[in-house]
Amino acid sequence: MMRLVWFELVKTFIRWRTYIGFIAFGVIVPLVVAGLKLGGQRSFERHLLSLLQNDFVIGGNVLNGWFFGFFFMSALWVHIPIVLTIVAGDQIAGEGNAGTFRFLLTHAVSRSRIIAAKFIVTLIYTAVMVLFTGGLTLGLSLWAFGGGDLLIIRRGILVIPEAQLPYHFLVAYGLATLAMFVVSSLCFFFSSLTDNSIGPIIATMAVIIVSIIIISLPFELFQAIRPYLFVNYFDAWQKIFDDPIPWDVIRKNVAILVGFMAAFFLATMVYFSRKDILS
Amino acid sequence: MSETVLRTIDLTKRYKNRLAVDHLNIEVRRGDVFGFLGPNGAGKSTTIRLILHLVFPTEGDVEIFGASLKQARHKALGKVGAVVENPSFYGHLSALRNLEILGGLQKPVTRRTIMAHLDRVGLADRANDPVKTYSHGMNQRLGLALILLNEPELVILDEPTTGLDPQGMKEVRELIRELARERGVTILLSSHLLYEVELIATHMAIIHEGKLRVEGSVQDLLKKGQSAVLVKTDRPEELLKYLETDGAYRSAVIRSDGVLVELELERIPELNRRLVGAGFGVSALVPQRTLENYFLSLIEGREAQETRPMERKGGSDKP
Repeated sequence: MMRLVWFELVKTFIRWRTYIGFIAFGVIVPLVVAGLKLGGQRSFERHLLSLLQNDFVIGGNVLNGWFFGFFFMSALWVHIPIVLTIVAGDQIAGEGNAGTFRFLLTHAVSRSRIIAAKFIVTLIYTAVMVLFTGGLTLGLSLWAFGGGDLLIIRRGILVIPEAQLPYHFLVAYGLATLAMFVVSSLCFFFSSLTDNSIGPIIATMAVIIVSIIIISLPFELFQAIRPYLFVNYFDAWQKIFDDPIPWDVIRKNVAILVGFMAAFFLATMVYFSRKDILS
Repeated sequence: MSETVLRTIDLTKRYKNRLAVDHLNIEVRRGDVFGFLGPNGAGKSTTIRLILHLVFPTEGDVEIFGASLKQARHKALGKVGAVVENPSFYGHLSALRNLEILGGLQKPVTRRTIMAHLDRVGLADRANDPVKTYSHGMNQRLGLALILLNEPELVILDEPTTGLDPQGMKEVRELIRELARERGVTILLSSHLLYEVELIATHMAIIHEGKLRVEGSVQDLLKKGQSAVLVKTDRPEELLKYLETDGAYRSAVIRSDGVLVELELERIPELNRRLVGAGFGVSALVPQRTLENYFLSLIEGREAQETRPMERKGGSDKP
């Protein structure tokens, strides 16, 4: 199994398309940080102060690296799935399209082991992508804007002391990674249904967009559907910045996300183990 | 009697309303070069995919080295190497890396072993080039290198010479013969080209519309095909009349390129002497491969028209 995973890693990480996400965020994030440093930060400050100056006395380096790290994370969680699907959508469909399953599956290796190896590599790529984006945004923000306590304005104002922030961010990145695992798992499942890599990307993004619309609209019908949509649990990482931290809610969200991930993986296994390879 | 290496048992595959393979029973014995012949769309590739468990049978089973594919797929396919249709590789990876990955799925293979096999198929100097830069012929050769890497006892090749130039075809056929002769590998080879099967195979089966039409040794089946010679002469009409009067030959027919005379091939010199003696200018006597007629009659459900006794027929180039 380890050899299969290694082979899948080689196949995945030697392709340039694997690095599209890294390149995109590697360019966009420094540009945004530079834009903030060259004036954007002051606009932020003015906007924030106009909101708060009547009720609070604001002092110190409020718009610091931690603040922008949090800001980037809130902004990018919708964009990260796009780059994840480029790789996840190609994992099975790409082999079908290229015709390489004809060799891969005739070498007495079970289909389930091949799918398991591909799934593990998809998760590794997802984790690396999320942690790269998180590390890049937080690292650059701290380098550009320095440290300090984190001011969070969400259902009131919360200030988290800087000493606790590495722990909070670490757990938050872990939860964000889990949420993205579900996206990759869904795309991986779609990838098993077709021999065209574009289909799974479009299908996954369609599911995410439609789900976001459903959970955003305050209609009664949509509210009833909400618990069954995985995007409803994507904000689990934000709860780590609440006070007190709602561990029960987070645990429940984690269990649900893991459940979705397992369901998508099992669906892939079941479907692919009975699929006729015609390409 | 030699060991049965591969046996299909009432193998059937239905795609919605189309019956691609219909209760197929074939048997390949150790040491055979088994030609699996049929026109395009006959069900050859589907059968091979069924044998390799790439598609699942609607009915029936396959036994390979005595192991049922349904019950012991791993064991059944453990000693099998196969190229199905065009060999497809990871284009962004080198040949070396492709063989490392695809050849190393069962057990690790050393680079030295890979290089030896690439050298055997004449690709050693391109080992580090991405496979997407390879020609079709090079891909075919790489496919053969891959299946030899795991030293299979049964090699399954689906239309192995399709798309190759004449030199490439010759090389692949020589490699297949060498595998069978020197390494004792049993080979199942599908093709829509009768002459290819005749050249390589010891046994063959003809399939059409998913059904087995005939199976046996190539020699036995060749006997079923009639022999004939195409006589190129300056006076075909008179030649036909002469042969009708003479009555020494089974049939003759005028074609656009000459007169086709049905006879045993060893009688060609005698025919030549008689025609020259009768004053005909004979520019060529071309032996015809009439097994093709037999093949056509099997797949089309009719006797081949070209060998009907003393019938005049023009315009066809087919023997």
